[in-house]
Amino acid sequence: MAEESETVTSAAAGAGGRLSGLSPGLSMFVTQLVAILMAFIVGAVVLQVTGYSPLKAYGAMLTGAFGNTYRIGQTLTHATPIIFTALAFLFAFKGGLFNIGAEGQFLVGALGAALVGISFDGLPAVVHVPLALLVGAIAGGLWGLIPAFLKTRFGAHEVITTMMLSYVALYLTGYMVNYPFKAPGWVAQTVLIAPSAELPRILPPTQLSASIFVAGLLTLGTQYLLRKTAFGFEIRATGLNPNAARNAGIDVDRKLILALVVSGAIAGLGGSGEILGVHRRFIDGFSPGYGWDGLAVALVGGNTPYGALLAAVLFGALRSGGMVMTRATGVPLDIVFLLRALVILFVAAPTLIRSLLRRGGLRW
Amino acid sequence: MTPAVELRGITKAFPGVVANDHIDFSAEKAEIHGLLGENGAGKTVLMSILYGLYRPDEGKILVKGEEVEMDSPAKAMRLGIGMVHQHFMLVPSLTVAENIILGREPVKRGALLDEEQMLNDVRKFCDLYSLKVDLEAPVYTLSVGVQQRVEILKALYRGADILILDEPTAVLTPQEVEELFKAVRALKDEGKTVIFISHKLKEVLAICDRITVLKRGRVVGTVDVDETDMGQLAEMMVGREVVYTFERKPCEAETTVLSVKGLKATDDRGLPALRGVDLQVCASEIVGLAGVEGNGQTELVEVLVGLRRVNRGRILLGETDITTDPPGKRIEAGISHIPEDRHKWGLVKEFTVLENLILGSHRDPKFTGRGGSIDFQEATEYSKKLVRDYSIQTPSVDTPAGHLSGGTQQRLIVAREFSRQPKLIIASQPTRGLDIGATEYVRGKLLEMRDRGSAVLLVSADLDEIWALSDRIAVIYEGRIVAIKDPNETSEQELGLLMTGGNLG
Repeated sequence: MAEESETVTSAAAGAGGRLSGLSPGLSMFVTQLVAILMAFIVGAVVLQVTGYSPLKAYGAMLTGAFGNTYRIGQTLTHATPIIFTALAFLFAFKGGLFNIGAEGQFLVGALGAALVGISFDGLPAVVHVPLALLVGAIAGGLWGLIPAFLKTRFGAHEVITTMMLSYVALYLTGYMVNYPFKAPGWVAQTVLIAPSAELPRILPPTQLSASIFVAGLLTLGTQYLLRKTAFGFEIRATGLNPNAARNAGIDVDRKLILALVVSGAIAGLGGSGEILGVHRRFIDGFSPGYGWDGLAVALVGGNTPYGALLAAVLFGALRSGGMVMTRATGVPLDIVFLLRALVILFVAAPTLIRSLLRRGGLRW
Repeated sequence: MTPAVELRGITKAFPGVVANDHIDFSAEKAEIHGLLGENGAGKTVLMSILYGLYRPDEGKILVKGEEVEMDSPAKAMRLGIGMVHQHFMLVPSLTVAENIILGREPVKRGALLDEEQMLNDVRKFCDLYSLKVDLEAPVYTLSVGVQQRVEILKALYRGADILILDEPTAVLTPQEVEELFKAVRALKDEGKTVIFISHKLKEVLAICDRITVLKRGRVVGTVDVDETDMGQLAEMMVGREVVYTFERKPCEAETTVLSVKGLKATDDRGLPALRGVDLQVCASEIVGLAGVEGNGQTELVEVLVGLRRVNRGRILLGETDITTDPPGKRIEAGISHIPEDRHKWGLVKEFTVLENLILGSHRDPKFTGRGGSIDFQEATEYSKKLVRDYSIQTPSVDTPAGHLSGGTQQRLIVAREFSRQPKLIIASQPTRGLDIGATEYVRGKLLEMRDRGSAVLLVSADLDEIWALSDRIAVIYEGRIVAIKDPNETSEQELGLLMTGGNLG
């Protein structure tokens, strides 16, 4: 009789095995940490071979990312949007869905928030800001509803539809700010949002905004929702074994739809935060691919909310620290992309990490 | 005459079960030899040994009179043995011809695929055995029956003289069965040996020359088809040793809990699986559903618990019509389900014992308040109690269910389902794959629930189990209940016949 094959997603779900004596959470944390360490070691070799000093480069990167309050602020600014997109990815993933279209939901949400921001004047901030965030979340959620509908109704695979819809979103929002909502001038962008819609900057002169509080709350909320509520229980059951979920009376199709809608709403909220807190207007092409980063960050974070938060900070640090490193040491910025790729590679290979740890004397 | 293939004293044990116990078997050249037995009788294991998939613990294999070490299917193929499994092993995106030559591609000039040669080769086989197939069609476009033909062609292309067909008709429509039989007879005329594994009496009688009957891993006997009949075969096949007997209280309450009227439904391929099922189950009663697998049992269970759509007919729970209710509503209404495939339908193996124990009742006000949060303290207490009451062997309630043994997982499902005080229990193959201890436990629990007033529909491929537990036995054949019998007033021979479409007249 054929053994049931291990799920292909075990890499994405974090370490396949466990360190004996450690709780599952801690065990995964150690595995991911070792994976990251490995990436930096390989990165160091590359630096050495190409004639740079790894110590100097990493030193510059570290001070660049965390050296002073300003640098920390920059790091967190970069981390904020990918906390959202990572949470978006992992929420859908818990429901058994690969929502790789967080970029699209992020952009549509951002546009929604921007439109609310520029459309009202004289609203009090306590109304205007939440309204803009809400509309952004709804817009992102609706963008998630489309693939959910296509999947449950026609069986269209969400990997294809969410990705395609990302491009639709990219060009749709591009069209909007190039034509109907274009601000005067030759930059494709909207006018500035009303001051009453602005999320306050919390660490000037950095661009770090109150959006990070939203991200933090959302991390806690996602964790709570998934682990403590009946809704989260049903989402997880659906993701792990839809047959058993159905047999247990769970309306699986409904859960799939909700998982994608909530996922899209989270991404949309992230996009809104960027507009209201950082850019204060929708600029065409303002996202350097935060949505795609979210997928990688969720993976590196072991698909847990807290893990995603930490991994987002790591990615933020690579981005902000990398720029300083380039300026200070002349190491090309490409090394940052290399490091990111290596981190993902090692995280996706938990078996490799496990065997390395075993050789290091730890028992699994 | 030297037999084409001979097995002597084959023994194969798996943990907890002896699948083959000193089996002697031989098949001649130009013979269709039936291998008959219930599920779990050891037919497939025996043939897997012949095909080199398993190594026997003891015994010898002789091919054309010579003893061989059958250590791999590749070796078996070299010796002219081919096997068509119940689950086909074709590459869906390749064409028929490509599938057939896969692994033995004719090449020209060293590396290029000689398509001309390939098509000619395969076409020869098709004509010879009247196996009609469109060679250039991709396999995924073919019906199951045609895919099976491709599997047979594949084995023949590799030079098989001895062809093992494992339950070949299980997946076929009656018309396709006819086609298959025609091909099998053509193979015989060409001097091939066909070993035909089946548990359908009618079929083996229709196609085979000789029949070897297996039961519980042993050979009951080998008979010539001309010298036997359905009655004899049925008795050989299901002849019963009572292993478990339980005290059975007579049916007290006469209230009907489940009432099914004229139920029709289709299987996954859209073919009719239930062709008008009528059935009643009373409170404090176990109705055993006896039947050869694949006669609509699975579909009936799925329809009753709400996992499959009803095309026609009605399902009543007490007085309430639940025909169109989703599974969740049926659980609330008091239906419990022990699914046939516990990994697929019964458990979330990554979930902890606790999570699995509350699965399905997690929305119960006991666990989930107005705010939608699960009271995990309450759930912990509850699951700890169930673990104690049902002796679930687990380190803690936080252990993932996938880490538990099969028997323990089944206890977990039983605990979850029975602790809901169900009105109706649908138990499908509840002891399949369990060891003796766990089997006895589950059976005891079913009787206990019956005595406490639940109505139980027991679906089992194990006739002994049906016999030991049922107050009434309903026999299902080709999607209809063909008889309802009192276990005290029927014989295994009669049931065996009814299950296989025969009649004592």
